[in-house]
Amino acid sequence: MKRRDFVKGAGGAALGASALSFLKVLPAEAAGKDGTAVVVIGDTINSLDIHRSGTSRPSYQVAVNCYDRLVAFDTKTLADGSLSYDYSKVRPELAESWTVAPDGMSITFKLKPNAKFQDGTQVTADDVKWSLDRAVSVGGFPTVQMKAGSLEKPEQFVVVDKLTFRIDLLRKSKLTIPDLAVPVPFVINSTLAKKHATEKDPWAREYLHRNIAGSGAYKVARWNPGQQLVYERNDNWVGGKLPGVKRVIVREVPSLSTRRALIERGDIHMSYQIPGKDAKEIKAGGKAKVIGTPVENAINVLGVNFKFEPFKDPKVRQAIAFAVPYEEIFQTAAYGRGVRMWGGKSMTPETPVWPQPFPYTTDYDKAKDLLSQTAFKDGFKVPISINMGLADWQEPTALLLQESLTKIGIETNIEKIPGAGYRTAALVEKRLALHIDTFGGWLNYPCYYFFWAYMKGHLFNSSNYDNPAVDQLVNESLHMETTNPEYAKKVMKMFEYAWADLPRIALWQPVLEVAHKEELEGYEYHFHRVLDARKFSLKT
Amino acid sequence: MSGSRLAIVGHRLLQAVPSIIGIIVVTFLLTRALPGDPAAYFAGPAANEESIAQIRAQLGLDKSLPEQFWVYVVDLVDGDLGTSLTTGQEVTDDILRRLPASLELTLAALIFSIGVALPLGIMAALRENSWIDHLCRVVVTAGVSLPTFFTGLFLLYIFYYLLGLAPAPLGRLNILYLSPEPVTGLYTIDALIAGDFDTFWASFTQLILPSITLGLFSLAPVARMTRAAMLQVLGGEFVRTARAAGLSRRTVVITYALRNAILPVITTLGMVFSFMLGANVLVEKVFAWPGIGSYAIEALIASDYAAVQGFVLTMAILFVILNLFIDIIYTLVDPRVGIDS
Repeated sequence: MKRRDFVKGAGGAALGASALSFLKVLPAEAAGKDGTAVVVIGDTINSLDIHRSGTSRPSYQVAVNCYDRLVAFDTKTLADGSLSYDYSKVRPELAESWTVAPDGMSITFKLKPNAKFQDGTQVTADDVKWSLDRAVSVGGFPTVQMKAGSLEKPEQFVVVDKLTFRIDLLRKSKLTIPDLAVPVPFVINSTLAKKHATEKDPWAREYLHRNIAGSGAYKVARWNPGQQLVYERNDNWVGGKLPGVKRVIVREVPSLSTRRALIERGDIHMSYQIPGKDAKEIKAGGKAKVIGTPVENAINVLGVNFKFEPFKDPKVRQAIAFAVPYEEIFQTAAYGRGVRMWGGKSMTPETPVWPQPFPYTTDYDKAKDLLSQTAFKDGFKVPISINMGLADWQEPTALLLQESLTKIGIETNIEKIPGAGYRTAALVEKRLALHIDTFGGWLNYPCYYFFWAYMKGHLFNSSNYDNPAVDQLVNESLHMETTNPEYAKKVMKMFEYAWADLPRIALWQPVLEVAHKEELEGYEYHFHRVLDARKFSLKT
Repeated sequence: MSGSRLAIVGHRLLQAVPSIIGIIVVTFLLTRALPGDPAAYFAGPAANEESIAQIRAQLGLDKSLPEQFWVYVVDLVDGDLGTSLTTGQEVTDDILRRLPASLELTLAALIFSIGVALPLGIMAALRENSWIDHLCRVVVTAGVSLPTFFTGLFLLYIFYYLLGLAPAPLGRLNILYLSPEPVTGLYTIDALIAGDFDTFWASFTQLILPSITLGLFSLAPVARMTRAAMLQVLGGEFVRTARAAGLSRRTVVITYALRNAILPVITTLGMVFSFMLGANVLVEKVFAWPGIGSYAIEALIASDYAAVQGFVLTMAILFVILNLFIDIIYTLVDPRVGIDS
């Protein structure tokens, strides 16, 4: 197994879970008695197949809980005692072991001989091939995600014998193994799926959209779209230690206030992904435990679009960075829950850790001074665009920004754009002048973040940043091993450009917050930010 | 008599055809005018231009507008409303599943509203400017001026959070129960049909708070309309005559006055019903009620064309049926309402 000790971002220090000893034991809901955990989420699960186009984020949990991959990330315990996935360690899931060829251009996996799908058929190399072929062929998000790990063509996937499977690599890349552990390359029971495939639908999309054909820890006992999903434990699972609960009910409750009342009353075991305000207050109230884990490789940012005339001047961009009321935004919009991403000491980075604080602070005099050196010393007008779907933190952020930008003579109006419209305007058309956005990379490497958010034309580069030097640095470092001494130098050079050019002004690193009853144990933080119920157990 | 009523029904249905066609065209165009690009939205967290284009082609959005419209109409003739992107289900299935939830909630709210507003309106008319008239005024003003999400959350806070009397606001049934065998789609009625009183009670208690929240909002039009109509009728000569003839107060008020005053009230009820059916998004959200209002809003936000079109079309057809139904009730209540109306 490979160690990736290099990446130890700010994610290592999780925020404190409440350790209130006076926490009352709440009356156990009858549902808890037979080993059933009840979890509420705010959004809807709209498919059982992560490969389908249009599958919503919360639906990714089905791929995690009901399917296995060849490999999985290991678990580590954070400083506050909560569990987190461990990016530096990859462990077997369906594969028993794997070896990298001496020339480094292929990886051979031995499958566990006792691994069975939920219908009892054995997991074979043919199933693995069919599943990975599917992931690189269906197009859309799964194919893009596979490509990130240099997994691009079906020809790369080779069945050696029934239980031996080989991946031929296009290039040596540190991203390949971790990319096999994300939810996308899950292994499907191909015999079952092929029975439901048609000429028009060779990948059995329709069938797998509504049915599970996996070997994972849970089966789907019931799915009422728009209401609930009920998992039932698969007692023959070999991918890890069996879950401690028989059943997990995931209910969709759209209203935040209702979700909060439910967890505080103790009628449910967990409220997944709660806003900072509730996290702070529930923790203070002591009626439920709260776990907040900084999201690795993610930053909430203020995007400064190079297409907008005044922002072409680097001094204007820096003036804005000095006029952001960072601490106020952090306290008001994030309720102080997160990691501060400003106030760095020097314009030259000292560590290759990402994210790390940008070297800017709130300093209106400096901002005014910088602005007065430009052609826009009399100020200008610009809209601040926010995503209505994320209004809970973006709206207060925008209001505070508006107030402080007037202090240096920049007049703003706030433009609220609904979810679909925002994605189109910000990411596809890249036409929003000043905008608030967030991005987190699944694979926890700085070069991976830069690949998406700083390279010319790439989706999350909503600021139209175009710097050939950065593009070259990313291309050179993307597949490089982090142990290579060149790697740290290259990423630190990238940071330097990011800080000087400022297409994105970092605000803070967001936190994934979960509230749960004390009796529910085994919550684990994952980069994909969807419910992983495989370690759940109920204390009696 | 029944023959002429059938003729009215047939005539009215025919009249509805042009408006339905109009609605199909307008909703098609309006959804295309929505600012968002569904392909970009549904391409997922790590899409690039290429994958967005692939999705656009999969959704058929790369075709010209007339082509898309043609595809839509052909599918519609087959009874296929398309697939919703937000829920991943057939729009027809979604609507068939969610409409009964909305209907059950709206009907319960309407029953609550009639039960409170009708007596209140009648009493207020009988004792004009008395304390009960003022009470009526206060109740209906409060009902209409408190936003529904506020009333909803307020009731939840008191009866669920503080007192623990109401069941957990987890939609139509608590986690412990399975939904009854669907017959009408209304859980309370289906549970009774199945003879399962536990489930009936469970679904009934889930209904109480949301239907009161929704009903409070509709008290005002019903109570005010009842009061006004009753006042007018009570001033009529036939009421004076009935009173002079020594008929009991009950007969005068219920048999003579109310029966004559009820027509505008029924019209109001029809309006209130159709309004509540589609406009109770906030109540649905607060109580996690899987209804049609929140479905439509989610679809709109995501630029989910098929779902929006399906919703508008369903509502249009529902309104046509509802109006027809009200017209038929008219002819039952008031024999003077005949074929020409």
